[in-house]
Amino acid sequence: MAGREERAGGTPLIRLERISPRSEVAIFAKLEWYNPTGSVKDRVAEFMVEEAERQGRLRPGSRLIEPTSGNTGIALARLARLRGYRLTAVVPANISVERRRLLAGYGVEIVETPAELGSNGAIDRASSLAAGSGDVMLFQYGNEANPLAHYCGTGTEILQQLGPVDALVAGLGTGGTLMGAGRALREANPDTAVVAAEPPIGELVSGLRSIEDGYLPPVFDPAALDGRILVRTEQAVAMTRRLMNEEGLFAGISSGAAVHAALRWAERMERGTIVTVLPDAGWKYLSSGAWTDPIDQVVARLSAQLYF
Amino acid sequence: MSDVTVQVRIPTVLRPLVGGVSVVESSGATVGALFEQLERAHPGLGARLLGGDGRLHPFVNVFVGDEDVRYLQGVDTPIPDGAEVSILPAVAGG
Repeated sequence: MAGREERAGGTPLIRLERISPRSEVAIFAKLEWYNPTGSVKDRVAEFMVEEAERQGRLRPGSRLIEPTSGNTGIALARLARLRGYRLTAVVPANISVERRRLLAGYGVEIVETPAELGSNGAIDRASSLAAGSGDVMLFQYGNEANPLAHYCGTGTEILQQLGPVDALVAGLGTGGTLMGAGRALREANPDTAVVAAEPPIGELVSGLRSIEDGYLPPVFDPAALDGRILVRTEQAVAMTRRLMNEEGLFAGISSGAAVHAALRWAERMERGTIVTVLPDAGWKYLSSGAWTDPIDQVVARLSAQLYF
Repeated sequence: MSDVTVQVRIPTVLRPLVGGVSVVESSGATVGALFEQLERAHPGLGARLLGGDGRLHPFVNVFVGDEDVRYLQGVDTPIPDGAEVSILPAVAGG
């Protein structure tokens, strides 16, 4: 297959010249929308699929089933089309209309889980649907090919493009970016700070019976982080707008969140280099009005959606 | 007791323990002291936030301002007067 298909990775790394709060702190952004389906998840999907193919778990005609809030499903959907698999995406009901239509366009069977259960509900449902069905659940939350894609890809590319850095700041969804790219960057500079940008989605996940229903992805080790910065939706939207206005970048909301957290981390540094990962572009967020409407309306719309 | 006033944002999953509101005002000069005060005012809440060993429950993330206390000083993390503390359950994305 390799050689015929467009591959994930090899994305640009650019310096955010205008947005850094300190002239001696350089902030670089890895533009992950330059991947085949426009998100960082193409890297993860490619690694997980190819590993399962090598293991013989995936064969032509196999059905994949995956819990996802969107981007992983879209990336898997493309590979499924190209390689002759079928795909069931188990998604929280409140993913954005753009994500839903992309999945539908790729011919994905969509199973909805209650919005109030968040991604945790999709994980539980996909696991029970997969059990005993013969379907292949690659399971991004627990598949070491996920951080490995970022170790071999994202992190290694950053080292080639820029060299060792003082900090990596990235959004926390599965933990794959932070764990994998963080490990690669720390091999070059053991003092690299690995910092998560945390969306406040847990605040609105109302359907948990208790805190005990919370979820830590098996690929994510909290002890491997140096910090975790909470980014409110209004802060993420404000930074998404600044990226457009000041840097000319049409980035998605989770990119705005990551850059917001990178700027917060920059405030504590006197000098040095921060690299941040921008997971996708703005296309899938246009329905939120993020660039055009009053910010309180945008926040209200996004708060009802799952955008991470 | 302390005079430090804290706004505490309560996630939906814990709101039944605080009368259904999303923000409660409490006090405490550290995260641990705040949790003790919250437990006094809302019995049962403290038990949800701490594990049996007195450390933060692994499925709970507590932020003073915008920083996760797990990467500061845990339950000993000081809280500045007037600060906002956010309690979030661990959920996944992706």
